[in-house]
Amino acid sequence: MVSEPTFVVIGAGQAGGWTAKTLRDEGFDGRIILIGDENFPPYERPPLSKEVLLGEAEKESCLLWPAETLDEANIEMRLGVRVKKITPNAHELTLEGGEKVQWDKLMIATGGRPTTLPVEGADLAGVFTLRTVEDAEAIRTQITPDATVLVIGAGWIGLEVAAAARKQGAPTIVVELADRVCARALTPDMSQWVHELHVRNGVDIRYGMSLNHFNGNGRLQHAVMSDGSTIACDVAIVGIGLTPNVELAADAGLDTDNGIVVDERSRTSHPDIYAAGDNASHPNSLLGRRLRLESWENAQNQAICAAKAMLGGRDTYAEIPWFWSDQYGTNIQMMGLPEDWNEIAVRGDRDAGEFVEFYLRDGKLEGAAAINNPRDLRFTRRMMMSGKIFNASELADPDVKLQKLLKS
Amino acid sequence: MSDVTFHNALKKDQLDEDEAIQVIIEGKEVAIINLGGEFFAMDDICSHAYASMADGYLEGECLECPLHGAQFNVKTGKAETPPATVDLETYEIKIEGDDIFVGLPNG
Repeated sequence: MVSEPTFVVIGAGQAGGWTAKTLRDEGFDGRIILIGDENFPPYERPPLSKEVLLGEAEKESCLLWPAETLDEANIEMRLGVRVKKITPNAHELTLEGGEKVQWDKLMIATGGRPTTLPVEGADLAGVFTLRTVEDAEAIRTQITPDATVLVIGAGWIGLEVAAAARKQGAPTIVVELADRVCARALTPDMSQWVHELHVRNGVDIRYGMSLNHFNGNGRLQHAVMSDGSTIACDVAIVGIGLTPNVELAADAGLDTDNGIVVDERSRTSHPDIYAAGDNASHPNSLLGRRLRLESWENAQNQAICAAKAMLGGRDTYAEIPWFWSDQYGTNIQMMGLPEDWNEIAVRGDRDAGEFVEFYLRDGKLEGAAAINNPRDLRFTRRMMMSGKIFNASELADPDVKLQKLLKS
Repeated sequence: MSDVTFHNALKKDQLDEDEAIQVIIEGKEVAIINLGGEFFAMDDICSHAYASMADGYLEGECLECPLHGAQFNVKTGKAETPPATVDLETYEIKIEGDDIFVGLPNG
């Protein structure tokens, strides 16, 4: 008896959800099994550190699709279940508890987990990381006007948590090891703009500081910094980055190197196993290098491309990275990963808080960042794809339409 | 009585070629699009998250949401790319002289 073809997806977040859905949308008529360790159907995480943390949106608003969509697609959901082991040559995996599941093709979309600090007191009540719906709901109940909130790390998660805490009226302190916010993603003057945004909203940001340990009597009371200073706090959120979940893949003998190594169609070093999303390192032909992206858009689009490849599609995946954040009603967006630029064109008004910065290298657009101007920022992608040479003074002139510059 | 009422929404010279603009008709946000000199109308609020489609750029026959990049065909309202999966409503357009009228269903 020939059994029905079975594709299994490990991980039910943005990348896993889109893989499963796309397999069905593209006409796969075998079994699709979606295994997730969280007790929640596929959802997107950006609102967790924004609307959900503020209590402005319920967790259901994060769901990728209503339950009936997944039902109609006949996707077999195994939620609250962890995979213990993948056995590639047997085309099999083992769940915790021992059950074995056979697969013809496998997607590993296990994402990542918050990087934690191996310090004393990290397990005290009141110390959190933020990745899941459960984390967001737990933190939300703790952020009140009489709770002092300490954020470790001035990256995106840390800054969004700080913004939410201020909006709830909580005294908020951010400590950061580097000398500016989002040092990996932003140019120094954009870091400065975002720094000022937080200071205006009452956040106390301290740079060049790292944590030594937390202390408290069962419940967090202080953070002790490496310079010996002490910060009294009721809640601490550690936002120091993401660690990709590569252990299942590595233990199965798949190549890993800062993520699971995949090709431009998301195939790992095993021909029937794929990976996509926060845990996958892919070659990006547009950027001319291999990289692992932790973004909402990458998780969606890489997974869609991967699902098509699992069905024999020949499309390849490479996009110019795009990322956004919302803090205090201010929308911050970035296009590209500008590293090597020698000219900046500012379009709009920095002081009024509505502008785009274009980063140019000899007139070639390397990337852009925008405050409260998502419209122009998204158009930047087309401008970058064109490979055209732009004139900085024209880019900086709001009376010159970007469409016109692209066409000219 | 007809099922559709046409509302005077905009002057032609208020909307350049390959641009979109939001108009409010009877409290409803509608995007009017000038696609190569031909005018179209559809719901202005993206079906995925709250954003004005008229703030987006045209890509071929599609208007791209400025927030997450979902594209909708301006002629049919069809959600052509993720993250949107629900189509937008489109509306009939009537041109009289310099005036653009948008036909909204009654009731």
